[in-house]
Formats: sequence, structure tokens, C-alpha cells
Amino acid sequence: MRREAPQKLSDYGPLLFPAGMLIVFFVIPFATMIAVSFFKRDPAGFYSTAFVFDNYARFLSLFFGKVLGFSLFLAITVAICCVVIAVPFTYLLSRARRRTQVVWLVALLSVLSLSEVIIGFAWSTLFSRTAGITNLLVAIGLMGEPVALNPSFGAVLTAMVYQALPYTVLVLYPALVRLDPTLTEAARTLGASPVKSFFTVVVPALRNTIVATLIMVFIFALGSYLLPQILGRPQHWTLSVLITDQAIYQSNMPFAAAMAVFLVLVTLGLVALTLIAGRKGEAA
Amino acid sequence: MSGLALENVTKEFGSFTAVKNVDLTVPHGTFVCLLGPSGCGKTTLMRMIAGLDLPTGGAIKLDGTDITRVPTHKRELGMVFQSLALFPHLSVGENIAYSLRIRGTGKEDQKKRVDELLSMIHLPGYADRPVSKLSGGQRQRVAIARALAISPKLFLLDEPLSALDAKLREAMQVELRQLQQRLGITTIVVTHDQREAMTMADTVVVMNGGEIRQAAAPVEIYRRPADTFVADFIGMTNLIDFTTDSAGRVTVLGTAVEGLAAPGGLARGVLSVRPEDVHLTAPGPGAIAARVTFIRDLGGTIETFVEAGDKQIVAVSMPNARPDVHVGQEVGIRLSPEACVVLKS
Amino acid sequence: MTTFLQRLFLGVVGLFLSLPLIVVAGVSVNEKQTLAFPPQGFSLSWYGEIFTNPEWRNALLASVTLAAVSAALALAIALPLAWFLWRRHAPWANIFQLLGIAPFTLPPVITALGLLTFWATTGFYGQPWTAAISHAIFFVTLPLVTLSLGFSSIDRSLVEAAATMGADDRTIFRTVVLPLILPYLVSGYAFAFVLSLNEYIVAYMTVGFTMETLPIKIFNALRYGYTPTMASVTILFVAIAALIFGLVARFGDLPKLLGAMANNDR
Repeated sequence: MRREAPQKLSDYGPLLFPAGMLIVFFVIPFATMIAVSFFKRDPAGFYSTAFVFDNYARFLSLFFGKVLGFSLFLAITVAICCVVIAVPFTYLLSRARRRTQVVWLVALLSVLSLSEVIIGFAWSTLFSRTAGITNLLVAIGLMGEPVALNPSFGAVLTAMVYQALPYTVLVLYPALVRLDPTLTEAARTLGASPVKSFFTVVVPALRNTIVATLIMVFIFALGSYLLPQILGRPQHWTLSVLITDQAIYQSNMPFAAAMAVFLVLVTLGLVALTLIAGRKGEAA
Repeated sequence: MSGLALENVTKEFGSFTAVKNVDLTVPHGTFVCLLGPSGCGKTTLMRMIAGLDLPTGGAIKLDGTDITRVPTHKRELGMVFQSLALFPHLSVGENIAYSLRIRGTGKEDQKKRVDELLSMIHLPGYADRPVSKLSGGQRQRVAIARALAISPKLFLLDEPLSALDAKLREAMQVELRQLQQRLGITTIVVTHDQREAMTMADTVVVMNGGEIRQAAAPVEIYRRPADTFVADFIGMTNLIDFTTDSAGRVTVLGTAVEGLAAPGGLARGVLSVRPEDVHLTAPGPGAIAARVTFIRDLGGTIETFVEAGDKQIVAVSMPNARPDVHVGQEVGIRLSPEACVVLKS
Repeated sequence: MTTFLQRLFLGVVGLFLSLPLIVVAGVSVNEKQTLAFPPQGFSLSWYGEIFTNPEWRNALLASVTLAAVSAALALAIALPLAWFLWRRHAPWANIFQLLGIAPFTLPPVITALGLLTFWATTGFYGQPWTAAISHAIFFVTLPLVTLSLGFSSIDRSLVEAAATMGADDRTIFRTVVLPLILPYLVSGYAFAFVLSLNEYIVAYMTVGFTMETLPIKIFNALRYGYTPTMASVTILFVAIAALIFGLVARFGDLPKLLGAMANNDR
């Protein structure tokens, strides 16, 4: 079968429903959001129509700068932690027997699909004084009495790494599966130890993949909105939390929209970076 | 008239012409092989006959009816694909019955026809097996049976045997030819294997660069190639440049070939001489002077490579006529005029 | 030695991934309504609570209904789109592929806010069916990616073979294409279903004040204090996800499915 260009108008038929749905319920909402970001807040309803830059101007405050700075810092830290753990993990996984791989993949998908609410709840339990990990340490005599480990930055970071790790592994997985195993075998015959061949052959061969993964996990972590609320203090709140907070609790939809547009721009900028990195990788 | 007729068929992909002004008639019940190197347009030509590609010019007629624009599914043909294209989700029987099923044939009739076809391809009782459990040769046979289920007007096969190993392929060639003769069905096979074409076809159509170079019976293609491409593509040959001397005699490598005249007063050209027609003798007047450079003894035949001037020539002999020569020996070559084909260069 | 270190590393990652779930599983079988680990006493009554307590039961029902409907809608959007992109040569139509992948790639809060402003502007804010459409758009990426993969794995000569045997486009779709992409259809639905079941922010922003899905219910419960039902629901959800993905792995080629997913994401 050759893929022919559509000949008749009716050939476009199958496109009608999907295109309509995506335009009406994704493109238009997106455009609405951009429009609203220039509107004025209306304490009585959602917003009132206007054209103001006030919502964007509010970015210039110290408070907003701090939130943005912390969001980026947190997302970068999460991305680095995840990639550092996930690269060797995925490498070992991709070399394991098929059955083992499938079991791990099912487990990873199950954790990945978990609601942020559930992850937040699970970790808050684990970090709690009454049912937490410190009880175990007390039980084996390492600690005097159990303590609460949250709210704290460490708790937020741990839970976000937990949330993003399966995602990181699944992003890395195809590239590592396709990595030619004879590369490391060649390195081994030339006298490199397994660890050395991993760092001198596997990691350099995957440099572009690793960079792309870092950026993708960064975007993924940027989207985390509940964990900082559940496990952190207000100073650990991220841009995503702030957007939710403004939209729902402060009823300031225009400002929330402005922040969302800003977040999209940051994300798109990073996607562009990924693409450029990817293209360079192909050229190399 | 009955049979298939291609009239001035052309296919262009953008600026590239895959098939150029092809004229060909395939009388009813004949077996035709489209033969040529990859990229010669043979597969495109077959896809146009099947309606999978539309020609950009010309007409295709079947039994006198113009079918150029008739969609594939209304052409009543049977086709075997290079990949075989057996449906992986259907059993052997369901694969064979597919064309009957979608035509609404009754279950009983379907079963009867499937059994008939399975015994024809020597696989009785295989109806319920999954196609993935078959060997290469069995899959091949199932694909053939599937294509023949509706007794099509036209039986097309695109490189049908290319996935089989050499031995099985030779056996299948014979089987396919016998089957075609028994059914008397108009058959067109695309192949790049000249042995396959010579084994099966009534007519071999040699193609190159999107054009038909020669369409004739296998022996004629071999003995009387129409041009240097055909001569070189079919079997082994020696192509030797010649000039015509003032007496009109053909002269190669400084020696005149007795009794051979170039037709139409051709001043220069190429001689095609099959290796089995090259006879090595002692050097002397009237013989082309040459020196033996390599001898390849293949058991069934012996190939002797000689150098005449800077031209390499191969002679093939049977073991019972093994030439008594050794590498480095000076020999002479005599060409008999009836063995030489005079071609334009 | 090296193998031991490798095993140890895999084991530590495995422990990290399972530790919170082990603790939650322990908490879920506490006899009394306390947050204690190791559990005090043993009782499965908190699992019964999900189905007997009307609040939790309604939330579960709402979540399952939402997931079932939105995953079906996502499939209805993805199937014709993926088919068209496979069947036709129309480079500009790839924009819709991009649109289908964008909602899932952007931070979820953005899609959620976009839909919130849209439903608020059109006046449908809070209607339960808006959540189904919102989730369908948000998760259309998953069936779209699995189906694109499914279509690309179909040998095109199968379609041509069916045509030479007399099948028209519609018959080919019914007798050849559909049976061959069925596994991808099922896994696309499964992925969308499980993720919709767990999704919080989009559901919360679109229908959070009128309808309680399980994640919303857990979050609300979390703010007003603790109940062990939260733990039992969590374990139930993990079990459902593991079961569904296990089935996908059993009847499909999970490594292959995932191999392409991340590919298209990139």
C-alpha cells in the first residue's frame, strides 16, 4: 500500500472528529487561557474582560522571583538525582533477562501511574512520627525515639525523585535497549573493567540521550503541584502550586493564567533546547 | 483479443521515470517473466498491472477491456507478494479462504475449495494451522494457493521465491511451472534471477532503465540477445570490440574472424561470444594470440581465463574436453562465425 | 563481586520504590483508626470500608466511570487520527499528532488551567461530563502513541494483498487492519484508563467542587485528618495498576510498547 495524498474531500473524513476535538478542547482552551492572562480579576466571578499587563508585571516582585528560582532549583535537583540513579539502573535492566525486564516494567508503570495524591500520602506516612521509617530505626536500636521527617525540603525532594524516577527509567529504556552490546564487549576485550567500560563507553555513547532525558525529567518535575504542598513548608511551594493556589483558592484566574503562560514559555524553550541537542546528536 | 495488453505504459515518480513507454502483449495462458536488475522498473510495471500503482500514461487492457483505472479489488486477480503477505492473525485455511469469504461464499463451499487447494499444494490437513508454524516452503505454497482461490484471470508473482534457499527455490520453480501449465492460467512473474526466468517462462521480458530491452523465448534470449545489456545480463558472455576491415570482414584483436560479416556494413561494434563457444588451440596464423592467466576447475565445468592484448576472455569446457593448458601458456583462440552475435556498441 | 554489587543496586532501587507502599500496606491493616507502623492488630475492615462507606464507594464509582468513559473517548479520537496518518500522505496533518501529544507533555497544571478557563468561559464549569472530555484530551497521547506504533508495525503488503483478493478499503479495515491493531487498541485504552483513575489536578480544576473522584477524595480527607481507608484505597489502586499492566504485558509486547512510547515523546 502506498500512502497516497487524499484525493477526494471524503478522504479527510476520518480526520474530522479527532481534529475537531483537539481544536475545540485543547487549542481553544489554550487560547482562552492566554487571553485570560491579560484580563482583570473579578472578585465576584472568574474575571472581567480587559487588556492589561498587570498580571505579568507582578512577576517582577521579589516573592515571585524567589518562587521561580526555587521551582527551577528543585526541578533541576530532581532531574539530576533521577538521571544519576536511572542511567546505571536502566542499563542493568536492559541487560537483564526478558522476564525480569517485564516484571520491572510492570512495577515501574504501576508506580508511574500513581496519583500524586497517593504518592504524597504514602511518603507523608513514611515520614510521619507515628508510622514512619524512624520507628524502624528505633526498633533496631539506632534511635532513641521516633521523629517526624516532614515537612522539610528533604521530604519534598525524596518524594519528587520517587515520582519522577519511573518516568526517567522509561524515557531512557528504549535508547539503552538499542545500545549495541558489542560496544561494551569490545571495551572488555581491550581490558576495561565492567564499571570502567560503563563509564568510558556507555555513558559517552548516550551523552545526547542523557541531556535530553535531563531536560524531560526537568519539565516533568516542574509540573509537580501536590508534593510540595503535602510534604513541604510554604517556602517550598513551586510555580505549579502557586498557579493552582491562585486559580482555585485566591480566585485570581488572570494571574494564574499569566503564570501558566510563563511556565509554557519556559517549557517550550526547554523542548526547543532538547530538539537542538537531539539534532546535534544526529549530526555527530 | 484474450490476454493482457500493455500499451505505451509509463510511470513517473516526480522527475524520475520508473517505467518508460512499455508495450507488451501476454496471450492467454502464457507464462511471462519480467527480468532485470533491481531498479529496472519490473516491480513497478507489475504493481501497475495489479492496480496498486496507477500509470501516468498509456493503457492496460485485459481481454480487450481497459482496466487502467479499475481499482485493484475489482480486477479479479491473484497475486503473490515478495514478503508473501500471509495474514498473521488468520490460520492457513482462513488465509486461503479470504477472497471467498469477503465475496460471501458459503462456509461449505469455502471449506471444499480450501481442501481442494491444500491437496493441490501437497499440504492436505493443514487448514487449522497458524501460518507462523509453517516452514518457508510451506508458506510459499500457501501464498500461491491463496492467490489461486478464486481462479483469477491473471496470476501475478513478485519475486515469489526470493526468501527460499537455493535448493528449495529450484524445486519450487519446477513445481510452479507445472502448476501453471496444468491450470493454463495467464501468469506474470517478476524476478531478478535469470535461471528462474529461463526455467519457468514461455516469454522472458528483459528490462533495464524502465524499458523493455528484449521480449522473447528463453533460448532466443540466450542465443540471440538483442543488445549488449541483454547479452551481458543473461548468462556469462565475452563482449569483444570489433572493427570491419576493407574486405568487410569482422576483425577482433587484430585477427579476422573467417566467414563472419557485419550486417548492414557496420564499421565497428561488439561481438558477444558465449564462453562455451570459445575454443583454445595452439597459437598460429588465423588464431587470436592469448596467454592463460587462471584456471577455475568447478568439477562440472572448467573455466579457463586467457588474456588477449589487454582483453580478458573466458572459455568454458566440459570435463571430457578438458583443455591441456597451464597458467602462463601461450595459446590461440578460434571463433566460429555461427557462435558470434554481432551487436551495436 | 560485580554481580553482587549490581544486584545490591537493583535491590536498593526496588526497596526505594516499594518502601512507601509497604508502609502504607502495613498501615492499611491496622485494627483501630490510628496511623501506626508496624500495624497494631490485623484487620481488613478498611478495605471493606471502600465499598461499604457511601462516600468512598461513590468516589470509587465516579473514578471508574470517569476513567472508563474518558479512555473510550480518547481512543475514539486517537484511532481515526492514527489511521489517517498511517494511510494517507498528508504532512500538514502531523500537526494534529503534535496537538495530541502536547497535553501530556506540558506540565499538567497548564492543561488543567486551560480547561478550567475554557469551561468557566463557556459556562459548563462543574458539569461531570466536562471531566470526561478533559481527561480524554489530557490522555489522548497514550492511545495515540500506542496506535501509531501499532499501525507502523503492520506490513503494508498485507493491505495490498487483501486488495488484490477483492477487498475494498472498508473490508480491509474490518478484516485485516482492526484485528492486527487490537492489542495496541487494548493497551492504549489500559494506559489511559489507569492514568485517568489516578489523575488529580485536571479533575480537581474542572469538577473538583461538584464531583469527588478518589484522588480528590483522598486529598480532601488528607487535609481534614487521617483515616486508614486512604491507605487501603492506595493499595487497591496500586493493585489495579499492577494487574492491568500485568495483563498488558501478558498479552502484548510491553518492552516494544515502551520502546516506542518514549521515542515519540522525545
